[in-house]
Amino acid sequence: MSSIIARVKQKQIVDLIAKGKRLDGRGLTDYREIKVEQGVIERAEGSARVLLGKTEIMAGTKIEIGKPFSDTPDEGVLTVNAELVPLASPTFEPGPPDENSIELARVVDRGLRESKAIDFKKLCIKPDKKVFVIFVDVYVLNHDGNLIDASALAALAALLNTKMFNYEMDEDEVKIKPGFTPLSVGKHPIAVTFAKINDKLVVDPWFEEEQIMDARLTMTFDEEGNVCAIQKGGSGYFTQKQILEASKMAVEKAEEIRKKLKW
Amino acid sequence: MSQKPEKLIDKKGLRLDGRKPEELRPIKIEVGILSNADGSAYVQQGKNKILAAVFGPREMHPKHLALPDRTVLRCRYHMAPFSVQERKSPAPSRRDIELSKVIREALEPAIFLEYYPRTGIDVFIEILQADGGTRGASIIAASLALADAGIPMRDLVVACSAGKVDGTVVLDLMDTEDKKGNADVPVALMPNLNSITLLQMDGILTSEEFEKALNLALEGCREIYTMQKEALKSKYVSVEEDE
Repeated sequence: MSSIIARVKQKQIVDLIAKGKRLDGRGLTDYREIKVEQGVIERAEGSARVLLGKTEIMAGTKIEIGKPFSDTPDEGVLTVNAELVPLASPTFEPGPPDENSIELARVVDRGLRESKAIDFKKLCIKPDKKVFVIFVDVYVLNHDGNLIDASALAALAALLNTKMFNYEMDEDEVKIKPGFTPLSVGKHPIAVTFAKINDKLVVDPWFEEEQIMDARLTMTFDEEGNVCAIQKGGSGYFTQKQILEASKMAVEKAEEIRKKLKW
Repeated sequence: MSQKPEKLIDKKGLRLDGRKPEELRPIKIEVGILSNADGSAYVQQGKNKILAAVFGPREMHPKHLALPDRTVLRCRYHMAPFSVQERKSPAPSRRDIELSKVIREALEPAIFLEYYPRTGIDVFIEILQADGGTRGASIIAASLALADAGIPMRDLVVACSAGKVDGTVVLDLMDTEDKKGNADVPVALMPNLNSITLLQMDGILTSEEFEKALNLALEGCREIYTMQKEALKSKYVSVEEDE
């Protein structure tokens, strides 16, 4: 996922950050503009398109009936997948998911799963035999940095938009009835990502900042301000102080996004 | 497995394996045990049994992945099919791929990558038996294997996890605690530089609990660090005595 940023520009980004400013005019703790549009794909059970600045993510949900995992016979299944579509960036290539897209999907998944956004027991149709399987597919359409936060928003927005088909049990067969009920989503996890550039933390890094950052830290919060997922990325490090500083700031940012989106 | 979990902490405040909340599992570390690898280490932590081997710096294959200004570190975390209760397919799972990535990123800050341009260093980690906290134990083994291979490093990387089990913040989660507990926070640290090179979390924690778990995990790291250094030294000391 790397591309080349000219040395002069690198220096400019770093120098500005030292002064508490950023190349795109934001402050160190400002998010780019967030736009969420739901129900954009009619064929999907739920869908959303999220713009975070120029980063654009589409997420769609599909629901199938499948078998539960043997260790959780009475719980439905959630599968999050992410595609770094080649049209989204010159640095993306077609092919099976690479470690970046797997990490992205797993961080989004962890946020939804650990915050208990979805009550898996409610997705059970017949223990041991049939459960609902919810697929969330995150599609990166334009990469301008901070894919994690944008994807987490898109995945959640798509789930909030998801309609479950009604059904009744006829012997062992599931019969689909007309009409839909919205999927119940209990918690609304919000991910907040920081980049560490030259020992300073900036929130919501855009593409060029990500190219020159030392490391990245993502924290996901539920509405009570509990942390439900963390992921450090990149080949740099953080100090304990930086992590605690980030965690304080991240709670506020998550709350700010939640208010803005009324989630 | 599905029935309500039994108590993970008993009335005396002891855990399933009799440990106190802030107690590590017994650790056994050996360095330089594989004759074909440039560096290797074996770590046993509780029931975790982990082998790590380092090859390189060596010619990069495929060549186009080589970098002109530094060596490329590659990491493969792999679980043996017999390492867990139900057989695991030997093909890399999505979890394995993510762990390989975070382990590599935990080790990279420690290595002077720029010393060996156009080459590659391969780290192979085999989980022979898993008992919770395998990524931490893998990092302990891998950084020792790197040191054993004579690769210049800023510090050893040591890792440990903390988490919440039955409402109590505990150190070094074992398998059952990891699966049935409330949260798990794996941390990797370069103790001499106070640099945290890996941090993940899953579960639910308040900010205070997170801070407490982070501190506890860092303490655990420092405790393991002394054992790690001891293990590295003892290999070379014993070589001298043999002569």
